[in-house]
Order: sequence, then structure tokens, then C-alpha cells
Amino acid sequence: MEILVCVKRVPDTSENEITVNKDGTDIEREDLVYSVNEWDNYAVEEAIRLRDKVGGSVTVVSLGPEDAEEVVRREMAMGADKGIHLMDAAFEASDGYGIATALKAEILKGSYDLVLTGAQADDGAGQVGGMLAAMLQWPFAALVNKVEVADDGTLKVGREIAGGNQEFSEIRLPCVLSIQTGINEPRYVGIRGIRKVASVEIPVHGAADLGLSLEAVGAAAARVKRLDYFLPELGEGAEILEGTEEEIIDKLIELLKSKGGIK
Amino acid sequence: MKKRRVFGGGEFLIADIDPEDIFTPEERTQEHQMIYQAALDFVKKEIQPDLDRMEEKDASHIRTLFEMAGELGLNSTDIPEAYGGEGMDKVSTSLVTEAIATATGASFAVAHGAHTGIGTLPIVYFGTEDQKQRYLEKLASGKWIAAYCLTEPNAGSDALNAQTTAVLSEDGTHYLLNGEKIFITNGAWADLFIVYAKVDGEKFTGFIVERTFPGVAHGAEEKKLGIKGSSTTPVVFKDCRVPVENVLFEVGQGHKIAFNVLNIGRYKLGASVVGGCKMALAEAAKYAAMREQFGKKIASFGMIKKKLADMCIRTYMAESMVYRMAAALEDLLNTKTPEERNDAALNARTIEEYAIECSIAKVFGSETLDFCVDELLQIHGGNGYTAEYPAERMYRDARINRIFEGTNEINRLVIAGTLFRRAMKGRLALPDAIQGVREQLKKGPSKTDSGVQASPLALQKRYLASSKQIFLLAAGIAADRLGMQLEKEQEVIELLADMVIMIYAVESGLLRARKILAKKGGAAGDYHAAAVKVYVNDTVAEIVSKAKQVVAFAEEKERLPRLLGAIDHLAGFQPIDTIPLRRFLADKVIKQKRYPF
Repeated sequence: MEILVCVKRVPDTSENEITVNKDGTDIEREDLVYSVNEWDNYAVEEAIRLRDKVGGSVTVVSLGPEDAEEVVRREMAMGADKGIHLMDAAFEASDGYGIATALKAEILKGSYDLVLTGAQADDGAGQVGGMLAAMLQWPFAALVNKVEVADDGTLKVGREIAGGNQEFSEIRLPCVLSIQTGINEPRYVGIRGIRKVASVEIPVHGAADLGLSLEAVGAAAARVKRLDYFLPELGEGAEILEGTEEEIIDKLIELLKSKGGIK
Repeated sequence: MKKRRVFGGGEFLIADIDPEDIFTPEERTQEHQMIYQAALDFVKKEIQPDLDRMEEKDASHIRTLFEMAGELGLNSTDIPEAYGGEGMDKVSTSLVTEAIATATGASFAVAHGAHTGIGTLPIVYFGTEDQKQRYLEKLASGKWIAAYCLTEPNAGSDALNAQTTAVLSEDGTHYLLNGEKIFITNGAWADLFIVYAKVDGEKFTGFIVERTFPGVAHGAEEKKLGIKGSSTTPVVFKDCRVPVENVLFEVGQGHKIAFNVLNIGRYKLGASVVGGCKMALAEAAKYAAMREQFGKKIASFGMIKKKLADMCIRTYMAESMVYRMAAALEDLLNTKTPEERNDAALNARTIEEYAIECSIAKVFGSETLDFCVDELLQIHGGNGYTAEYPAERMYRDARINRIFEGTNEINRLVIAGTLFRRAMKGRLALPDAIQGVREQLKKGPSKTDSGVQASPLALQKRYLASSKQIFLLAAGIAADRLGMQLEKEQEVIELLADMVIMIYAVESGLLRARKILAKKGGAAGDYHAAAVKVYVNDTVAEIVSKAKQVVAFAEEKERLPRLLGAIDHLAGFQPIDTIPLRRFLADKVIKQKRYPF
């Protein structure tokens, strides 16, 4: 099975305190530590497991500036066979639609049976997987937490639905799945894997390589307008508890007691 | 890029070294970065969430961690590929060591450091082909854990005074080892021990002893101040039969293994404590940014800012010197052919080259960590004194670093002793350099470079040069006036060693900052420059003071006024205003809530 996994380099929310920049146009990006988007890492692990079970290969692709190559290489060190980096000035300021457009073009250059994305990105809107499937006119399942390969060219996919219930569906290949965290336990990257990919050349594809016009991607094609970034104001009845973990717990217990939540 | 020049050990005191001659942390390759991140990911997910379990010395948990680390290659950056290792450079080793110490608390870092360092390296550098084949793969995989048995009840710092004996059997097939080793890290868990014993009561010799050899037993766990999650026990050898094939290197050559492996252990300890310093700074910044008093975050108070800035600045110097040192050792090893790298006697000489710098990294690093955890605890106030916060554990854990791998006192003796010994043997041109400073002083003022302030950090560059001159002047006087007596005047040795340590720290930080400024200019370089300006300002004053104390002790009283004046003249020191620089750095630390470089 030829599997493509779409991955993104995002600010690491466990390492950074995210704040809004001065102009309110974006988050403050100076001094941020980046890593691979957590959901995507689960998707790559799932792809590696599927490959190991049924054969084929795993390719990871990332769209982004120069540094995006880091996460492609990391996921290759983890076990993906190939990497592709989509980079072009024309891609800058793409919204989910623009990113899906570029990914679609890359996918059609290859012959993939299965495309995986993370369910969402830490800094995104959770749009790319669904849009990509629609553009490809491939079947799509979102928030997938179980994948099994059947013999007849279909997959059995599980999704977590309301109330913690599990839903199983059959889906025809080729298809797009957006992967939920917890589907597996992603492996660590080892030094041997790192050494194996350290000097591998990762092909860079730009808009022209993908046969895309400059209007099809980037700011020109963006359908989402960011109007403002701000921290939500403290609403009626909302209260943010401050202090150390212990202090917060104590305050919370007091609050719940006073409101009759616990006795 | 210009190739780094390879300098001899201690040569930094007399040579003019360029930024291009040293490796800086900013020059880590993408591969280096990935290795650091891989190690960090492992310890953050596997160890950090359950430090309490670690602190309980759960042996099965420890074994699992070692085996996981083995699978990821984290045990074997120093083991050649041919023996199941990763065969990486010393920068990679340092990064793994630092990463493991950054997130694990010190217990696993100490266990892992003892295993991969002093436990494994004696075989890597001094083992026979057969020994390497038999043991290295097991150690790389983490299926076997190693320990290093040097210390005895009556042979601590005086390691060669070991009482453990080894007697060759009549048929010449094995040695019978008898004796007791104490404070053995990994003592209860180890499958393999590097043991030193005296053959026939006199020839100090290294042995590889397997746990399953008859006559090996470990005693009860020590109740320690810190690193409670690591195992520290006595190990007793009673008529322990060790096959002659397990003699390490040569009979009577154990001191070459013991001291050279300690050299490597020392620079690796430097890398480890840098990880601890960064963790301490991050914890301190987080707390200071959260804790409110007088209606304000305490991070906004000047005295707290000063603490954060100083933690950051000293960590910067420690980090600069450790990675400079690691790359220098790698460069030196790379001048040898693969065959030469299998030559144990040559390895001993190679590793010995940087004995001074290894000791410096150990002393400066461990004292920086102690400074950092002390300020960390202080910033926490009363909370820091309770076990509710990590500060308390970190404060206790840090303390051992000034003691093991040679106490900092012993390491100061190594620093000064090695310098003078090399000077006397003509291996280091210290006497010529001392003569040079004297002649310059005779000629009187020739400050052609004063006023040349065109390049950034030019003033700090000049202070570094004058610090070296001041050291040479003081060392020359001490050597001339005290002669062979100098060795016995330990307070003077300590002052001289301190000066050497500070000069290496200043130079490492300064060359790094100059490199950044030259490559990236302003904004990026400003923080580096600020750290160096503050550190140089504080340190030059100390170097001057220490040099004066040396001279005051060694020199005849009537010559003192002239010489003390000469020291001031050489220094040409004018303090700068460091408060804005410290605030500048502290604000960065508070914003990022971590070590900002």
C-alpha cells in the first residue's frame, strides 16, 4: 500500500506560552520552539504500522518554509521511506484551501492508495483533510482512531463518536483519513534512524513543479480572512484560577463546595 | 568554512585563539539537533512524568529504561559501529548527556552517565578486540549495565592507594580479586564492573568483572542526600575469580585507564550539569512569572531579575566551554587513523591531552549548577524549602557533582599541577610566555590597542588578553619564588587554578559571542554580547584580586607595591554598568521561561 502522510511544523504548545502579537494579526512567533504537529505524528506511526503489515511505502509531505524540512526528516527518521517538501514563495499565506490545493496536486503526481492527515493542527483550522478528500473526490473519514486493512481493497475504520462510543465503517481505497491522537503509541526516533536520513536529499516541489498557477495558492487564493486575534474576555460567571497547581486545586474545591457541586 | 585549528591542552593560556577555532552550540548540525531532540523526547515521556518511581530505585523500571535507551542508540554514541554502537562524535555524546540531564532529574542522568561513561569507555579505549566483541554490544543495548569501581574506604581522592588485591593463580588462568569498593554508582544493578586492584599488592591494574563471576557481591544502598533514584552501594570481591583475558590494557597500567577515563567522565559531567542548569533556570523563570507578592509578579523585581540573569549568564559560559571542549577532543581524535584509535596506549595519550580542560568543565559546570539550584530555591522562598516543588530535589541532587569524578579540590590540583608539569617538561611554552609578559612590563606602557574599540566586544577581547597576562605574571612569580614548595601551598594552587578556569570560561563565551555577532550581527547577537559583557566585567575584577593574593603570598614585601600596580596596569580595568544588561537578559528569560540561547 502506498501511503502519503501530510505533516506540519507547528509551535510546540508544551514548550511555549502562546500569546497574541502586538498588532493582533497573529500569535507572537519570535522565540517559539517548533515541533511536528502531534496529530500528524500519530498518523505517521499508523502509516508505518500499516506498511509493516501489508507492505508498500510511506511518504511524508509537508508544505511550509525552509524549516518545514525538519519535520519531514524527523518523520523519516521515525520510519517513513520518503519525504517531499512543498515550498514556494507562492504558497505563503495559504489558507486550508490553498494548502489542500497544493497537496492535491502533489498527490496526483504519485499513485497513492491512502492519504493520512492529522485530525487538526495546533495552529490550524482542521480543514485540510476534508477539503483534500473533496478536491480529490475520494472518500473521507475524520477523527479516525482505528484502521484495519480488509482483503477487498477496503479499510475498516473506527471513529470515536459522542459519549465515548465507537463507530466502525468500511471505506473504499483510495481515501483520505484524518487521524485522531491515541490511535497508537508513536515510536521514539532513534539515533540509527536519524543517521540513516541525515544526508538524504529531500525533494522540494514548488508551484510550477505541481503545475499550479500563482493564483491557485497563497494569499490570492485564500478564502479565509483573519480579522483579529485576541484573548477572549473574561465572561460573566467565568473565573480563571491562578496560583500553583496545589493552590488551584484548593480554590477549585472551595468553589465547588460553595456552589453545592460537592459536599 | 575554515577548519578549526587543533590546540594542545592548556595552550589557550598562551595562544591567540580565533572564533573560527572553536565549535559553538549554534553550529550544531541538523543531525545533532535531531539527536538532542530524540533524547529529550525519550526522557520527557518515559522518565519525567514519574520521577517518584525513579526515586524508589525500582530495578525493573531502571532496566526497562536502559533497554529502551539502548534501542534508541542513547547508550552508545561513543561505541564504534563495529561493536553495535552508533559511533557518533563527542558533540553528539554531549548533547545526549545534556538532554538526559535536562528532563530526568539527576538520578537517571547519573546512572546513565556512569554506565555510558566511566563504565563503558574503559573497554572502548583500552579493551582488546576480544573484550570489545564480548562486552560492548551488551552495554550498547542496555541489556547489561556497567559500573566503575575505583573508590575504596581508604582510597578516595588518593585513588592509587587502593587496597584491593589481585593474585595470579598458579596455573596462570585467572586472578583472585579481594577487596571492597565503596560508593559504586549502579552497584546494585550492574552486570559488569570495571575494577581496579593491585597485582601482587603493587601493580595497579584494571579488570573487567562480570556480576556472575564467583565472589562478587554488593552491599546495602547508601542513604544519600540526593540522586536518591540512583543505586550507590559498596561492592565486595571475595576470592573473585577473574580470567586473565579480562585484564584491561596491561598489568600495572591501571592508572592510565583510571585517570584518562575520568578525564572523559569530567567533560561529560560538564555536559550533564549544563542540562541541570537549563532546567533550574526554566523552573525559576516559571515560578517567578507566576508568583505574586505586593500585587506584582516577583519576576518584575530587580533582585529576582538579577538572579535569573546570573543563572543564564553562567550557564551560557558552561555550555560554551563544554561544547568547545567536546569538539576539540573530537578534532584531536580525528587526527588519528582508525587503526590508531584502536591503540590503547595512544588513546591514553590522546585523552590525556585535554586533562586541564576536562577538569575545568567539571569544576566550572558543577559550581554553576550549584549556584543555579541555590538561586532557584531562593526564588521560591519558603516554597522552595518544601518537597512540593522540584527546587528542593534539584538542590539536593546537584550537590554530588562537586564531589564525584574527582572532588573540585582534586580537579583544581589537576589543573594547576598539569600546567606546571607540562611547562617543566617543555610541552607547554608557559615559561616563554611568562618571560614575554615580564619584558613587556619592563618596557613600560605600550598600550597601542587601548582606544581601539571599533569592533563589538573589543573591550572584552582586550580584557581576556590582559587576564592571560595577569595569570602568567602571577604564575611566574609563584613558580620562581616558591619553587618546589608551590605544590604544598594549596591555597596558592587554588587561586591559580581559579584564574585558569575563569580565563577558559571567559574565552569560550567571548569567542562564541564574537562568532554569532560576525555571522548574524545585531539582534541575534545582542543577548550573547550582553551575557559576555556582564561575565567579563565581573570576572576580570576577580582575576585581578586572585592574582594579587598570589603575589602577596609569594613575593617579597618590598616588591609588592610595584607588582600590585603592574597587575592593575595590565588589567586596565574599568567597570561597566551591568544592571541594564542583566535586566535585558532576565526579561528574555522571563518571556521565554527557559534558557534563551
